Amino acid sequence: MLDLYFIENRARLLDIASFLDRIDRYHESEEARNDFRYRSLQKALNVLLEPDQKRTQAIQRIFSDPTTEPIENAVGLKAYGAWDGGEK
Amino acid sequence: MKVIDPHIHMISRTTDDYLKMTISGIHTITEPAFWGGYDRCSADSFHDYFNQLTVTEPARAARFGIKHYCWIGLNSKEAENRKLAEDVLSIIPQYLDRPTVLGLGEIGLNKNSRNEILVLEKQLSLAAERNDLIMIHTPHLEDKLKGTRIIMDMILSEKRIKPCRVMIDHAEEHTIGEIKDKGFWFGLTLYPHSKGSPERAVDTVEIFGADNLCINSSADWSVSDPLSTLKSANEMRRRGHAEALIQRIFYENPKAFLSQCPKFKES
Repeated sequence: MLDLYFIENRARLLDIASFLDRIDRYHESEEARNDFRYRSLQKALNVLLEPDQKRTQAIQRIFSDPTTEPIENAVGLKAYGAWDGGEK
Repeated sequence: MKVIDPHIHMISRTTDDYLKMTISGIHTITEPAFWGGYDRCSADSFHDYFNQLTVTEPARAARFGIKHYCWIGLNSKEAENRKLAEDVLSIIPQYLDRPTVLGLGEIGLNKNSRNEILVLEKQLSLAAERNDLIMIHTPHLEDKLKGTRIIMDMILSEKRIKPCRVMIDHAEEHTIGEIKDKGFWFGLTLYPHSKGSPERAVDTVEIFGADNLCINSSADWSVSDPLSTLKSANEMRRRGHAEALIQRIFYENPKAFLSQCPKFKES
C-alpha cells in the first residue's frame, strides 16, 4: 500500500500545507482563520494523527451537521462543506 | 469487462462519451431525473425533460449499442417552489409506465427543509402505491448525515416500501454503516470534488464488503467522468482484488438491484 500511494499522498499533503500558507499570506487571513470552515479543517487535521483506523469517518462527522430537525426553508442556501453550527 | 453504470446523466454528455463508454464495456446505464443546474420555471419544462429521458436519450444511446433506462421524479432542489412542485408531482404518474422507466428517482433531500420533506413524502407514497423501485439522492457535504437519517426514517415509516427495493445513493464513509444496517442498497458516487474517489470507493469495499453495494459515476454537466466506474475497477486490480469480485461490484450487483423491476434487461 505504501508503495502504491505514498507519492500521491505526499503531494496532497503539500497541497494542504500550501493552502494554509496561502491563507496566512492573504490580507484577510485573520478573518479566514475565524471562519467555521477553517476551524473544522483544523479539527480534521488533528484527527489525521490519531492512531485510529476510522479517521475518515471521524473527519466526515466533524464536517457534518449533527442536528435532526428539518430547516424551515432552503431558498438561497447552499452547502459549504462544513457545518456552521446553525449560524447561516 | 462488462459494466452497468446505475447513475449517470447522459443528457449532459456528448456522443464522444457514449463512444468511449461502449468501447470500454459500459453497455447498460440508468439515468435518474435530476436538477438541471438551474431552476425550471414551469411543469412544461419537466414534460420536455421526461420525454427526453424516455424517448430521445434511449434512442441516442442505442446508436452506440448502449441500453438506456431512466428514473422519473422531482429533485429536492426544486421543491421550494411549491406551485412548481405540485404541478410536477401531478404529471409524474403518466411517465412511470413507459417501457424504460425503472421507478422513482432521484428523489430525496438537498438542504433538509420542510418543503423538501413534503415533496419526498408524496413521491415515496406514489412509489409505495405502485410498488416501484426507488433511487434516493442524499444531500451533499455537511448536510448528508442528517439528510440520510431523515430519509431512512421516512422510508421505514412507509411500511409498504421494502428497503431492499431502495438504493440510497451518494453514500459516504459516515453514512454507509447505518444504511447497510437498515437493509437498503447503497450507492457510492465517484465525483471528484464533492463525493468520492476510486481509491475511497475501493476502501469501502474492503471495509464494508460488497453486499448491497453499487458504484456509479453520476457523470453530469459538472466536473465528472463517465469512465470513473472503470477506473475504480482498475484500482481494485492494482490492489490485487479478484476479477470475480470486480465483476460482482460493477455488473452483478447493479443487475441484481435493477432486475427487481421487470422492465430491466441488462445488455
